[in-house]
Amino acid sequence: MALKDITLGQFFPGDTPLHRLDPRTKLLLVVLYIVALFLAKNALGYALLALALFSAILISKVGFKAVFKGLKAVLFIVIFTAFLNLFYTVGEGEPLLSFWVFHIYWEGIRTAFFMVLRIMMLISSTFLLTYTTSPIRLTDALEELLGGLKKLHVPVHELSMMMSIALRFIPTLIEETDKIMSAQKARGADFDSGNLIQKAKSLIPLLVPLFISAFRRADELAVAMECRCYHGGEGRTRMLVLRYALRDYVALALGFGLIAAVVGANFLGVF
Amino acid sequence: MQPIIQTEKLSHIYSPGTPFQRAALVDVDFLAYPGELLGIIGHTGSGKSTLIQHLNGLLKPTSGRVLVEGKDIWENKAATRQARFRVGLVFQYPEYQLFEETCYKDIAFGPKNMGLDEQEIDRRVRQAAAFVGLPDSALEKSPFDLSGGQKRRVAIAGVIAMEPAVLILDEPTAGLDPAGVEQIMGNILDYHRSKDATIIVISHSMEEMARRADRLVVVNDGRLPLEGTPREVFAHREELEAMGLGVPTMTDLFHRLRAMGADVDPSVYTVEQAKAAILNALARKGSTPASSDGRGAV
Amino acid sequence: MPKPILKTENLTFSYPTEGGQPKVVLNGLDLEVEEGSFVAVLGHNGSGKSTLAKHMNAILLPAGGKVYVGGMDTSDEALLLDIRRTVGMVFQNPDNQIVANVVEEDCAFGPENLGVAPGEIRQLVDEALESVGMYHLREHAPHLLSGGQKQRIAIAGVLAMKPRCVVLDEPTAMLDPTGRKEVMETVKKLNAESGVTVVLITHHMDEAAQAQRVVVMADGKIVADGAPKEVFQRVEELKTVGLTVPETVELLYELRKEGLDLPLDALSVDECAQALSQLLT
Repeated sequence: MALKDITLGQFFPGDTPLHRLDPRTKLLLVVLYIVALFLAKNALGYALLALALFSAILISKVGFKAVFKGLKAVLFIVIFTAFLNLFYTVGEGEPLLSFWVFHIYWEGIRTAFFMVLRIMMLISSTFLLTYTTSPIRLTDALEELLGGLKKLHVPVHELSMMMSIALRFIPTLIEETDKIMSAQKARGADFDSGNLIQKAKSLIPLLVPLFISAFRRADELAVAMECRCYHGGEGRTRMLVLRYALRDYVALALGFGLIAAVVGANFLGVF
Repeated sequence: MQPIIQTEKLSHIYSPGTPFQRAALVDVDFLAYPGELLGIIGHTGSGKSTLIQHLNGLLKPTSGRVLVEGKDIWENKAATRQARFRVGLVFQYPEYQLFEETCYKDIAFGPKNMGLDEQEIDRRVRQAAAFVGLPDSALEKSPFDLSGGQKRRVAIAGVIAMEPAVLILDEPTAGLDPAGVEQIMGNILDYHRSKDATIIVISHSMEEMARRADRLVVVNDGRLPLEGTPREVFAHREELEAMGLGVPTMTDLFHRLRAMGADVDPSVYTVEQAKAAILNALARKGSTPASSDGRGAV
Repeated sequence: MPKPILKTENLTFSYPTEGGQPKVVLNGLDLEVEEGSFVAVLGHNGSGKSTLAKHMNAILLPAGGKVYVGGMDTSDEALLLDIRRTVGMVFQNPDNQIVANVVEEDCAFGPENLGVAPGEIRQLVDEALESVGMYHLREHAPHLLSGGQKQRIAIAGVLAMKPRCVVLDEPTAMLDPTGRKEVMETVKKLNAESGVTVVLITHHMDEAAQAQRVVVMADGKIVADGAPKEVFQRVEELKTVGLTVPETVELLYELRKEGLDLPLDALSVDECAQALSQLLT
């Protein structure tokens, strides 16, 4: 099994304008982009959004391949949603195609098509965010943006530290899962056959060692962190200080411009 | 002699068709004979781990064949499953795969998967525990209450209990102190002798390999450039060093002695051999230890 | 004699066990480590060497006796951060001590915790990564690096706090020979060039042989203490505490038993070859 191939949360270091943007800007831009995706009502709007995404991918230099690879992971959801929309949308005119209990309307095809586009662009934009932003900077950005919640006694620093550690250990634990699986297979364990209950049961030899190892790692990491003088967020400084630059303001202006353009496109009655 | 394991032009490519494509093994013809203790040496990333995972069918060859006891293990599902049990594989740091409440249950996991009856399982668990020096009283204990070295022995017992004809161990002594190394190697040798099993060991310790192995196979860059008895393999000092591998300390020492003009045969690799070779050279020179300081004779 | 950077006085420590009788791990240990020295602590598994290491920067506190770090009593909680920035720790498993996803960000973790100003952290991080030879990989993800490289990052992470002493608890136990060599070279360079005190906990004889001083532990006590050449001559004694000597010493020892007049302090292959060639040529 190629668990190692999962690219979720992976970061491709680089020095492109997209990499240099403040992580807060990028986070906000993704939020704006998602809002725009849900505002878009016609082909022109989607075309504008696709154009924006393509340019961003080109600028980032991570390559379309990496983005498509990320999409593969959600392929099932995309197809499922497409079918759902295809069969369950009831249009005004006559169905284009009818068989058994299914009726396909022109509107269904349209909705399914846009829904697929919307999900794929949404996922791609978030992937682009994680590909071009180191997880630590991303959690820094979250911590900053949510900083106001600290006053409400929300443990923002602790949460963001937990998140960045989780991200750091995902590849390690995936590798470990691979190893334990092989080791138990060598003892004749069978993870693939049997019914659901048997399958769930066969996971015990995998999950127990995995949990034990995760706890051991957590324990050792906690000691290592203490040894490096970690004592919570108080009095802590950062090597990389987040500072908005001119390019951030430009990028945000472009983001808002995109929303305006998409809303404008909605009034033009194309497709 | 008929080999017990044989690979024919075995190749393995990871992530084919992607930018991460990497050939881990290239046309490898590997042989292991019944009852031998075979050492595999190679640096990290040489392909040795990939090779051993093919020998019990954990990895499927990209091309080529793997034969266990003369049968192609990928011929059908039954043959693959059979290979799993005939060829036992102990991974690095096997103690991290323990999961049962008691040592007994954990050791019984393999035999149970083989579909053996209760009585046979019981016999095998007790015998495997005895091989690794685990007292009966420890069998009902949780494996997680044991010391690191004991845990590893329980994990090895879990594979021994399947009574494989070939036992493969990937760095079984990694991270252990000298006493721990002796104990685990002793356990493995016990199994080797009493069941006449083939043992294949991966190790980074040239001294360890020199001392124990009947035959050595060197893996480098997905190929097997050297193969033979320790004496034959360690004679290729320069080639081994070019691969990032060393020779045993004693071999190194004797090469230097020879370069200094001493009349010694450099194909020496254990302390015992070194001692004999030096006493021999002295005797030839005519200056026996007795005459050198008058304390005793050889 | 200069003031010791680390000092234990009659240090005792024991773990509670189920049976009620606590297991004594450290049994009245007296040790002084001179500032700037390179000390190896040798011992078999369970000899108490790792427990001793954990006392050296207050991860564990003594059950009896005292531990002083640069004159500071480790049981004084107010001094905790000062103690930990004085003595840095590197552990066995490199994966479990790397906090961040990017090499340089991990390296910055210590100084960040100490509240150092951002520009200064940058400088500390760059220097630390340079000194372990990992500067060129500063933007890489640690999980894609080799074991030896990961361990060097862990060392850099400690160095970025500018410690006076680094304690390494079996840093090479999980590494292959290449990784072991990398780490040992880094550690030696650290001691020689930056004058950082190094305490290396290990059970590898060849690593201990590279230190200036070897302390051998067994059953929570120090059983031998001296220069490697002196300590390794005590072949029989080391064997009784579950340790072996380097093969070179073993050979010389065996030959001496046969009545040959050979020194026992030829540790390296070169020295050993020198000694033997005098007999043979």
